[in-house]
Amino acid sequence: MNFNRRDFLKIGIITVGGLMLPFSAFEFLTPKAKANIIHSTNLRWVFLVDIQKCVGCGMCVKGCSTENDAPTHANLARTWIERYIITKDGTIIVDSPQQAYNGFTKHDVHGKHIPIENISKAFFVPKLCNQCDLPICVDVCPVGATYKTPDGIVHIDRKWCIGCAACISNCPYSVRFIHPTLHVVDKCNFCYHRISNNLNPVCVDACAFGSRKIGNLKNPDDPVTQTIMSKPVAVLKPEFNSKPHVFYLGLSYEVK
Amino acid sequence: MSIKKILNKIDSIARREVSFGKILVGTVILTILAVSTIVIMRMILVPSFTAANNDYRYQWHRVANQEEWKNFKVKYKGDDYCIDCHSEQHKKLLQSVHAKITCENCHGAALEHPENPIKLIVDKKRELCLRCHSYLSYRPVEYKELQTKNIKLKMIKPDEHYPDSNTQCISCHDPHMANFK
Repeated sequence: MNFNRRDFLKIGIITVGGLMLPFSAFEFLTPKAKANIIHSTNLRWVFLVDIQKCVGCGMCVKGCSTENDAPTHANLARTWIERYIITKDGTIIVDSPQQAYNGFTKHDVHGKHIPIENISKAFFVPKLCNQCDLPICVDVCPVGATYKTPDGIVHIDRKWCIGCAACISNCPYSVRFIHPTLHVVDKCNFCYHRISNNLNPVCVDACAFGSRKIGNLKNPDDPVTQTIMSKPVAVLKPEFNSKPHVFYLGLSYEVK
Repeated sequence: MSIKKILNKIDSIARREVSFGKILVGTVILTILAVSTIVIMRMILVPSFTAANNDYRYQWHRVANQEEWKNFKVKYKGDDYCIDCHSEQHKKLLQSVHAKITCENCHGAALEHPENPIKLIVDKKRELCLRCHSYLSYRPVEYKELQTKNIKLKMIKPDEHYPDSNTQCISCHDPHMANFK
């Protein structure tokens, strides 16, 4: 093979330039990226909780438990409210009697009376499934019974769940429980049967204080999306890197 | 037939001279057979699983299940369902400061109300009102959800305001007006 100087330089530059191209430049060729372009939805459910508005009436818990047949007799609920009381000596007291099914009506915490003048601050934190973008529970499920839908909701297949509880022990937010009569894992799914039929989740409807709101993160005109984009919001336990999608307005650092 | 004879037979078959073309045809036929068997068995054995968006890590599931969750029974029908027949009461409620409370919070889930149950059982207990109106020092004092005006969130101390727990709030107060009867 005969090379002249010009050809040698040409081929040399193309080869070196080609070798310099990183593999990440071909990211768009991966099956996942291609599928994302073809099948991308314009829907991603997201939840917004305003802690400063919550009064701990527990109507959300009552509604949710009725709507989703949650086992209230076993003190299990898909959503619940925690009361955080920080006393003046720095003690953090948390309680959630019966998952706040009957609301908070007394000053007593764990049967003990705390004088009002000892309380430094106190607030209510509604909790529910965070519908993570990278759900740890789905990662650990050995039978493919729990999965994430393209619109972001994590479901449990009641026919395929074997009740091994691997997801329960791995969920950072402790939102999952074994349903005592169905013998499968159960948890909040933002009332998927309601949100996919143009209804709000029960807890959102039941909240007269506007503490709970649901929105579509992919719609920039959605009021919830606008709040998340423009106001100081926080998520619970970001250190797990599961990308939770329940955002809290006015979240205090004591909340775990 | 002894084992030695069988081995000899196999040996002679193996040593037989075969043309390259025959080997090629045989290989191709065997490959097609193997592949088609696998494909057919897969179609029969593997249930309708899918990985939406080719996301095998998080979206690998039984297809029908997503529809099953969509068809879960709705029990709380929402205010729009109630307005169809009870529009008068709803109008009255909208005038009051209880406007943001949905009907079903107190009246219970509608289910298939006009047929089943024929009459909803209203929660008239004192505890229902106390959920919001019991005094807790850390509850927000102002209620800002009304579009017209901000009002004080009325809170009572349950052991001072008619401490007899059998007294129903609605014997003096009208929840639809959020006022005295």
